[in-house]
Amino acid sequence: MELVQMQKSLQDYTKSLFLDGVLDSQFLQLQQLQDESNPDFVSQVVTLFFQDSDRILNDLSLSLDQQVVDFKKVDPHVHQLKGSSSSIGAQRVKNACVVFRSFCEQQNVEGCHRCLQQVKQEYYLVKNRLETLFKLEQQIVASGGMIPAMELGF
Amino acid sequence: MVCEMETDQQIEEMDVEVLSSMWPEDVGGTEPDNQFNVEKPAGDSDTLKEVDIAEKRTMADLKRLPDLLNTTDQGSSQLTNLVKQWEYMQDHAVRLLREELKILTKQREEAEAKELKIIEEHNFETEEPENVPVLDESSDLFRRFKEKKRDKLVGRKRIEIDEEFDTVAYWKQKALSLEKMLEASTERERRLIEKLNESLKTMESHSAPVEELTQNLKRAEGFLHFILQNAPIVMGHQDKDLRYLFIYNKFPTLREHDILGKTDVEIFHGGGVKESEDFKREVLEKGKASKREITFETDLFGSKTFLIYVEPVYNKAREKIGINYMGMEVTDQVRKREKMAKLREDNAVRKAMESELTKTIHITEETMRAKQMLATMSHEIRSPLSGVVGMAEILSTTKLDKEQRQLLNVMISSGDLVLQLINDILDLSKVESGVMKLEATKFRPREVVKHVLQTAAASLKKELTLEGNIADEVPILVVGDVLRIRQILTNLISNAIKFTHQGKVGIKLKVIPKPSFASDNTHKADAEEQNGLAETSVWICCDVYDTGIGIPENALPCLFKKYMQASADHARKYGGTGLGLAICKQLVELMGGQLTVTSQVNLGSTFTFILPYKVAASNDHSDDQDEFSDMVDHQPEPDDSTEGYFQFKPLLGSIYSNGGPVMGNNFLPHKAMLPSPVKLINGNTGQSESVQVENGGYMDDTRLETGSGHCPESAHQYENGNGRCPSKESESCSSSQASSEMESEFTVSSPREDVQTETEVKETSKQPKILLVEDNKINIMVAKSMMKQLGYTFDIANNGVEAITAINSSSYDLVLMDVCMPVLDGLKATRLIRSYEESGNWDAAVEAGVDIKVLENKQMSVRSTNRLPIIAMTANTLSESSEECYANGMDSFISKPVTLQKLKQCLQQYLH
Repeated sequence: MELVQMQKSLQDYTKSLFLDGVLDSQFLQLQQLQDESNPDFVSQVVTLFFQDSDRILNDLSLSLDQQVVDFKKVDPHVHQLKGSSSSIGAQRVKNACVVFRSFCEQQNVEGCHRCLQQVKQEYYLVKNRLETLFKLEQQIVASGGMIPAMELGF
Repeated sequence: MVCEMETDQQIEEMDVEVLSSMWPEDVGGTEPDNQFNVEKPAGDSDTLKEVDIAEKRTMADLKRLPDLLNTTDQGSSQLTNLVKQWEYMQDHAVRLLREELKILTKQREEAEAKELKIIEEHNFETEEPENVPVLDESSDLFRRFKEKKRDKLVGRKRIEIDEEFDTVAYWKQKALSLEKMLEASTERERRLIEKLNESLKTMESHSAPVEELTQNLKRAEGFLHFILQNAPIVMGHQDKDLRYLFIYNKFPTLREHDILGKTDVEIFHGGGVKESEDFKREVLEKGKASKREITFETDLFGSKTFLIYVEPVYNKAREKIGINYMGMEVTDQVRKREKMAKLREDNAVRKAMESELTKTIHITEETMRAKQMLATMSHEIRSPLSGVVGMAEILSTTKLDKEQRQLLNVMISSGDLVLQLINDILDLSKVESGVMKLEATKFRPREVVKHVLQTAAASLKKELTLEGNIADEVPILVVGDVLRIRQILTNLISNAIKFTHQGKVGIKLKVIPKPSFASDNTHKADAEEQNGLAETSVWICCDVYDTGIGIPENALPCLFKKYMQASADHARKYGGTGLGLAICKQLVELMGGQLTVTSQVNLGSTFTFILPYKVAASNDHSDDQDEFSDMVDHQPEPDDSTEGYFQFKPLLGSIYSNGGPVMGNNFLPHKAMLPSPVKLINGNTGQSESVQVENGGYMDDTRLETGSGHCPESAHQYENGNGRCPSKESESCSSSQASSEMESEFTVSSPREDVQTETEVKETSKQPKILLVEDNKINIMVAKSMMKQLGYTFDIANNGVEAITAINSSSYDLVLMDVCMPVLDGLKATRLIRSYEESGNWDAAVEAGVDIKVLENKQMSVRSTNRLPIIAMTANTLSESSEECYANGMDSFISKPVTLQKLKQCLQQYLH
């Protein structure tokens, strides 16, 4: 694939992520923070986010499968996930977490289960998308190209 | 009849005892008159016969009557009467019979005596052949008797005498036969007497049916009495002239002769009498029975309502002869009915009011909800918008060609405008919900005026003269909420400038006596005085005048209403949110003042606001330094504090016109800007001032000022021709023009760089120490990267306990504190830190279970005098949460996710 094309498709892909609401402007913040001194910042943060989130989701699944659900344990996890996702701009995960927390407050086990599924779904979506995004970026870099700067126009 | 009268009398007497229901008790003491009053002389017997109510009544249940009579008190008294009457009747009949018997006996005796006499005579004159004529002549009675004897008793029996006339034998024979006749006569007489006695007896037994009839009559009468004696009923009969012929149960004080033969009008006086008479007449004329309720208002028995039934009475010839009238007192019922009606009416009214109220409440609730919604929305919009503008601003720091830059500038200024609108909305809702708190700060009114004008002048795009005129008596130093006052002044000035195309715009300050409307607030002021803020208060009247287009009189009323502008045309032509004046008015009123406006179309407008201030002593000048928000950035010129007149002439093309909104505190609700020429000139002095403030002050507004106005880059600015004036004022008046004018060469450098380049080495070497308290690794990572880009480093604590430990062992200039954390959350940690600052020990923290190694370090003494700025990082953007942050001793808050702009803004605000 030609470099220009790749760059174009990366741009389009990134744009679609924003348009779909998978990511929000916070992700731009991350990209903003990435510079020569820290060229892999975004992927580092996102990787950390994946690790962290995998663990949290695992914990959450376990907690919610208990006979008696301890919401005092569940809530901080959700809070944590909400904070992280909000920090990297994984908007849809964050929104799902907000709903999740409200069910925690109500101590609604069934609602929490549903929310967990929702959060997982959103999380895998953003994970999948971001991995694709990084793959595209890597390809561009590997082809000796520059990662195009994000357009702020949308 | 005598006895009948007697019984009547008795009945009446008994009736009177119990009859009191209709007529007032207090009229008692009057002689009880007969209840039945029949006008005897006017014996129109026809009438009475025809009326004969009693007969009708008796048609009622006669079988039941004895029961009733037997079982009730009234009944038994009636019964006794009847019994008595019956006995009287019996006696009377017996007496009559006896009398008759006596007469008969007497007659018989007479007859016997006569007979004896006759016999004697006959014995004398037996020789007389013809004795009959003598006898015939002597007495009529005898002859009758004789005839009677002959006819009925003796018959045609002749005395046969066989002996020869006038012989002894003949006389003997005759005497004998006469004897026999006498005997027979006596015998007959005896039989007659027997018969008489017999008939006497039968007579007695024959009187029974009469008695029964009488009894029936009496029963009927008793029934009527029984029914009527306690009934609140007046009955009467009136002739066709409406004169009473008969009345039953009249008013007790009236005597029979007071009523009978008179009309209502003649008897009573007062309301209703005429009406009732008219009604009766009407019935009489129409010949149709009718009912009506009439309320009487007479002197005699006060106010009483009667239900009156009137029916016409006819005689046998079908001629009207009068009316029967029956009145029942229904005063209580009417009263009750009226009460009911009134209750019902009240009820209806109340219900109506209730529904009205509910409606109002509903509307109010809706309004509140809408307002809350608006506030929340505004808040929610502000964050992403800040992002947009921030991004745009970051973008403006990159290399752009001229066209791009121009577009970007438009974008930034538009964004700023929207932000301003949102800030306005939030301000308004804050004031309306009572959340807005006023601060008391010392400030110099002259400087405030000057700065406001300077600010306005800096972005002035018109040929206008701006002037400030402060009367000499205005105190040099007063206490008030300078931020709000500036906000008001700025708003008014920018408004004035907006609508003024030539001439001048100015501010005039003068002291006025306490206005009349303020008297209500006296106690409030007193309370404030007790706070020791100031000893005396002064009312300052501030006029903001212009020579602009003016406001038509009809637009004045809605001028201060939200989202209202004088006209739609103006809104289109001049833009603006329409909130500015509403906010000004609310702020002024919140501070206990009054905002008014006078205007003349095409001549200009004057907005006047009157506010109370405390007068602060101005001699403690040096101590106040850190509190003068308006003083901090520039050393006042010798006459600055007392100068009473400022003027800013149009200086198009000068530095002022180059000013435009640049990066800065655009997101702060109330930033102040100070691109003053004084500052530029005295840049160095200003710098030293601001450093001092940095260490000493902790007032929010001070920080705002120092954050934005701290302009070590002033020289740089000056050289570049860029005023750093990201002011609310310039935005609201002409930000778009100003920003579009912005020089493209301008680049924002980080404050740190500025400090490094502009300030002394000693200052720059002091890298501010920042503590980030955050448990989320990702957040830490992001924040770290941001900090790095902003040129800062920081320490990390993962929870409140770690934060306290860190603070205890090292000195920090700023703490960024996550609110929600495990172990010890940010709010509690902040409280403990504040408690440490106040008390100098960690007792509270230890009490709370935080394991502290008590270290007496040297920073403590320094720190205990300074308040460590703690900025909350909260995921909740709702206002409650920010309130909670402030309540727990935090200085400010950044809503999450943290962005570069927010962080930068915050660091700028709190680290300089």
